[in-house]
Amino acid sequence: MAVITTNNLTKRFPRVTALDHLSVEVQPGVVGLVGANGAGKSTLIKILLGLAPATEGTARVLGLDVATEGGAIRERVGYMPEHDCLPPDVSATEFVVHMARMSGLPATAARERTADILRHVGLYEERYRPIGTYSTGMKQRVKLAQALVHDPQLVLLDEPTNGLDPVGRDDMLELIRRVHREFGISVLVTSHLLGELERTCDHVVVIDGGKLLRSSSTADLTAVTSLLAVEVTERQNDPGFDVDAALRARLTEAGLTVSADSGHVLLVELHGDDVYDVIRDAVAELGVGLVRLEQRRHHISEVFAAGAGALGAADKAEEAAHV
Amino acid sequence: MSETRAPEGRLDVIHDIGYRHYEGPRLGIGYATRSLYTSSLRGAFGLGRSGKSKILPMAMAAIMAVPALIIVAVSIYVKMGKLPVDYPQYLTNLQFVTAVFTAAQAPVLLSRDLRFMTVPLYFSRPLRSSDYVRAKYAAMVSAVFILTMLPMLIMWIGSMLGSMDFGYNTRHFAYGVVAAAFYSLVYAGLGLLIASLTPRRGFGVAAIIALFMVSAGVSGALRGVLHVTGHQAASFWVAMLNPGFLIDSTVSWMFDLPLRGNVAEMPTTLGGVVFLAEIAVLAVGTFALLVRRYRKI
Repeated sequence: MAVITTNNLTKRFPRVTALDHLSVEVQPGVVGLVGANGAGKSTLIKILLGLAPATEGTARVLGLDVATEGGAIRERVGYMPEHDCLPPDVSATEFVVHMARMSGLPATAARERTADILRHVGLYEERYRPIGTYSTGMKQRVKLAQALVHDPQLVLLDEPTNGLDPVGRDDMLELIRRVHREFGISVLVTSHLLGELERTCDHVVVIDGGKLLRSSSTADLTAVTSLLAVEVTERQNDPGFDVDAALRARLTEAGLTVSADSGHVLLVELHGDDVYDVIRDAVAELGVGLVRLEQRRHHISEVFAAGAGALGAADKAEEAAHV
Repeated sequence: MSETRAPEGRLDVIHDIGYRHYEGPRLGIGYATRSLYTSSLRGAFGLGRSGKSKILPMAMAAIMAVPALIIVAVSIYVKMGKLPVDYPQYLTNLQFVTAVFTAAQAPVLLSRDLRFMTVPLYFSRPLRSSDYVRAKYAAMVSAVFILTMLPMLIMWIGSMLGSMDFGYNTRHFAYGVVAAAFYSLVYAGLGLLIASLTPRRGFGVAAIIALFMVSAGVSGALRGVLHVTGHQAASFWVAMLNPGFLIDSTVSWMFDLPLRGNVAEMPTTLGGVVFLAEIAVLAVGTFALLVRRYRKI
């Protein structure tokens, strides 16, 4: 059963349309919701929690209608906001116990669950210290703990890696995977970094300007977005020779799709492992040195561009049909 | 015995028993609201918070109670047979303490959650914004009621111990309870409403104190003007401008108590009814505005 279903969901504010006829279905697992800032992610989360009415369309969370069953949804769902939300003068334990009781857990159960969940998110002795003394990574763990303490069936995580250093980011992403794999809780995680979600999610939903750009499994997405960046040296004894053009010609001849990136970097679409061999041979035949050969992912903006292109094409097709 | 001990290093191992689901009861909105009420009421007196945050509310409670203790002790010692201060009059004399307590603690209940943006966490749970407001309002009203009832109880129990007139003291204690209820509703309501408008605690404290002081000043000055210009009979109306004078006048009028201190003139019957209505409007109005204030979050 889908954990989240939206049907023609629209939210208009006086001056801006935050969600524009969004129809999407989210299956159990870890699902990423990608969009630039202002794409409508936070508005969508608010509507899913039953905290803001939709202008048009319907949405169901765990089979419950957001318009009429908000209370029941909020009992079964956890929410981790993007912004700071922790008072600095209480300890993580006190705070999470309080939030557990706000979710309706009896006092004893609230304390037990808090001890459990703080251990699961990786907070040990420091949980008795005031939150004001924590690092950003520890605060993010407390925010996650308060979203999980009442054992929800689904958690909505809004930009959980924001403000973390690379190591903290990896830890948080691993923790998010565990929330699904080991705790059996479905996750909807938002980010503006597609690469980050590709590593964590089973499925990625991309929205822009409140419209659905793409909803596909991570495997599909990475298949089309993998690129190889190639950079080679100049010929020492022949400075006038345009190595890039020569290499590009050779690779294109070999049936590869090549585009130029900034500087001397060429981007080659990675269809399979034999692409590496073709590049190696081409570089060797030109007799130059290989400076760079690395896998790249499409930047989020490229997915947007591709999505917009596809939409544009669809529009044109529709236009043609009308004529 | 050492043979039966676990191998070295095994005693302090925390075994990861994996994630456990919660199968127990979920007690719903009523329970969550009551829990928020209890923790907020405790917070109003700094209980369950750092030692520093207990200083001011506890000091105010002490300042409120100690004069009552002294009055009772002296009256019993010199065998007065009667307390020198009437119950509602005592609260009038210490209005400033109630005002300082409200100004200091109302922001503790609301501004904290706004400043650290904890409010969305409450509303992402079954609790509705009106439940949140109800719990906070009830907690602050209860806190002011406890503060004002403390000296009333000391005086009443003291009058019993000193074998003073039971009927008189119980009747006037009841007047004091009514006064305490008025203070609780009006002070807590105004304090919370102002506190809900700013995430900065300092601003909240200053604004609430300013409300009580400025309105007292304006009210007093206007009364002076009315006296000088010969409108003495109408000058009781100025009590409407200050919450403390308002409650003092209303209670004096309701129970026909002798006038002292801030109130120089007894309200007419019309005046008394209007004053009572104002108290009701302040209590209900501040609550309604608070509910409205939080609806949009």
